Amino acid sequence: MNTIIKLAWRNIWRNKRRTFITAASIVLAVLLSNVMTSMQKGTWDNMVDSVVNTFFGYAQIHANGYWEEQTLDKAFQPDDKLNELGVQVKSIESIIPRLESFALASYETKTQGVLVIGIDPVKENDMTGLEKKMTAGQFLAEGDNAVLVGEGVAENMKLGIGDTLVLLSQGYRGVNAAGKYPIKGLVRFGSPQLNKQMVYMPLPIAQQFFGAEDLVTTMALKIGNKKEVEETIKAVKTNISPEKYEVLNWEEMIPDLVQARELDTASNKFVLYILYLIVGFGIFGTILMMTKEREYEFGVLTAIGMQRNKLSFMVWLETTLLGLFGSVVGILLSIPIVYYMYSNPIQLTGEMASAYDKFGVEPIMKAVFDPQIFLQQAIIIFIITTILAIYPIWKIRNLKAVEMMRA
Amino acid sequence: MNVIHTENIKKTYNPDTIPVEALKGVDLSIKQGEFTAIVGPSGSGKTTLLNIIGGLDRPTEGYIEVGQKDISKLSDNQLIDFRRENIGFVFQAYNLIPVLTAKENVEFVMLLQNRSEDERNARTIELLEAVGLGDKIDSRPSQLSGGQQQRVAVARALAPKPTFILADEPTANLDSKSTANLLDIMARLNKEENITFVFSTHDQRVIDRARRVITLEDGVISTDIQQHN
Ligand SMILES: Nc1ncnc2c1ncn2[C@@H]1O[C@H](COP(=O)(O)OP(=O)(O)OP(=O)(O)O)[C@@H](O)[C@H]1O
Ligand SMILES: [Mg+2]
Repeated sequence: MNTIIKLAWRNIWRNKRRTFITAASIVLAVLLSNVMTSMQKGTWDNMVDSVVNTFFGYAQIHANGYWEEQTLDKAFQPDDKLNELGVQVKSIESIIPRLESFALASYETKTQGVLVIGIDPVKENDMTGLEKKMTAGQFLAEGDNAVLVGEGVAENMKLGIGDTLVLLSQGYRGVNAAGKYPIKGLVRFGSPQLNKQMVYMPLPIAQQFFGAEDLVTTMALKIGNKKEVEETIKAVKTNISPEKYEVLNWEEMIPDLVQARELDTASNKFVLYILYLIVGFGIFGTILMMTKEREYEFGVLTAIGMQRNKLSFMVWLETTLLGLFGSVVGILLSIPIVYYMYSNPIQLTGEMASAYDKFGVEPIMKAVFDPQIFLQQAIIIFIITTILAIYPIWKIRNLKAVEMMRA
Repeated sequence: MNVIHTENIKKTYNPDTIPVEALKGVDLSIKQGEFTAIVGPSGSGKTTLLNIIGGLDRPTEGYIEVGQKDISKLSDNQLIDFRRENIGFVFQAYNLIPVLTAKENVEFVMLLQNRSEDERNARTIELLEAVGLGDKIDSRPSQLSGGQQQRVAVARALAPKPTFILADEPTANLDSKSTANLLDIMARLNKEENITFVFSTHDQRVIDRARRVITLEDGVISTDIQQHN
């Protein structure tokens, strides 16, 4: 056994150039597939996280039918069961109430549509980190009669801190809504979409403005662990009345994003398959050449009494060791490179950026640093190599010493 | 005692397409301790015959016994084992495994036989010294001359203590000095250790050294002469 391993090892070093090229192509394949997959997954994870964390939350509760027809008339007063969910379902860290609707904002001669959101400043900040997005002024406090506006809104309307914004809208059940609110601060979102339409105010002020005393349109759920979203939703559903409320996960709230992600993942896979194919053919070519070149030698070895299964094992080991080596080096190289791409996201501009903007996402490409991806890609390439190494085995199985030696 | 015995061996290549009758009925017996040359014009069937008595190829027809064993009944894998235990081979060239040293090449078959390390070491050194390469044990084949490589091949062939050694034109690629040297070694091993050698050749100087000369012509034995030298 040792003899065979020793022989295989020396054979690997026998044609250094060929060994190097084969190993390098395996390393490159592992590296490339790792980088591609990490980048692809990371970018989408980041997108989802950013959409989910800056705004939606992983799940939301509304009055039944609200998501279909987002109207203030579907606002509701949370009942006791809803308020107790945080206690009943362990995975819910907190429940964030909101009252959302559109309004017309004006200042001096400028007018634009905005999304008015009544929030509980403390809870909202806890989930979305809103305060960190402030670029000027101060964050909202509970009793304030004031608003935070997106930087884009301020820019468009030439607003500054302390200026008074006039809001007009149709309130709950058709009442007229009107109010004047001083601007307390500016927030900036990575997504221009959010940036140019968000207006935040404390929940009671919003309820007053829309004439929706004690009502909310949305209760967003802060769930500590992304992996517990489905379980949490299940638990929530058993605790609340399904006639009154709907519970949606983030995938249901942003199906476009989910679909775009699936499409991109599929096309990424396709590119990977092509990569596997190219590398596979390259390695196969080398194996073919090696087998041809060594036919005579294989013939001598069986002539002097080496069993074909031992010979096959030796040759298989040669390729497999190379595959193993290439995969390990590929992983080792992937670690710093992917880590760099993880800690230095690429800021997108131009057309690429606007694609992201559609989903209200900060336009960055950021890799995910997930050793499992490295391992998975390395294993795939390794398996391809070991499968290709079957060719010489097959050749040797049918080997007739005299025929091999006549070559 | 016969180490090789054949009766009416025939071999036809490509029986289904363009048949070539390489052997047309060869009866041959070789005894323990012989030093036999198989000669004859190119294409007369020397290699074919050696391959068949070496268990590398099967006759189309005829009976063959090697070391008193009917080898036609053996499967391919059994034949491989049989060759390892009973027959030493020296081919015309490229006998050695290029990545192994002279010592490792000689040791190789004994490793396949799972011989103990002590036995392997002792025998390898002894054999390499016997072929005059005691100082080259750690050289790779590429560092050896053609003659030296053939001597290592003889040492390797002897390592498993085979019943006999088959050599198909072992000197074809050697200059006259190396040829004489290799023949000296083979003749000495034959004389001192009573090792049976069967070799084919075109070289008259090699033929002169043989004690029995079998001439093949067109697939049959035409003459079979004992010589004294
Ligand atoms: N694999 C094969 N297929 C078809 N014909 C073959 C094959 N091997 C040998 N022959 C033919 O069989 C005959 C005997 O060949 P063989 O190689 O035994 O001759 P040889 O005496 O060893 O010749 P040389 O002195 O040139 O080595 C020749 O006519 C040769 O062309
Ligand atoms: Mg020949």
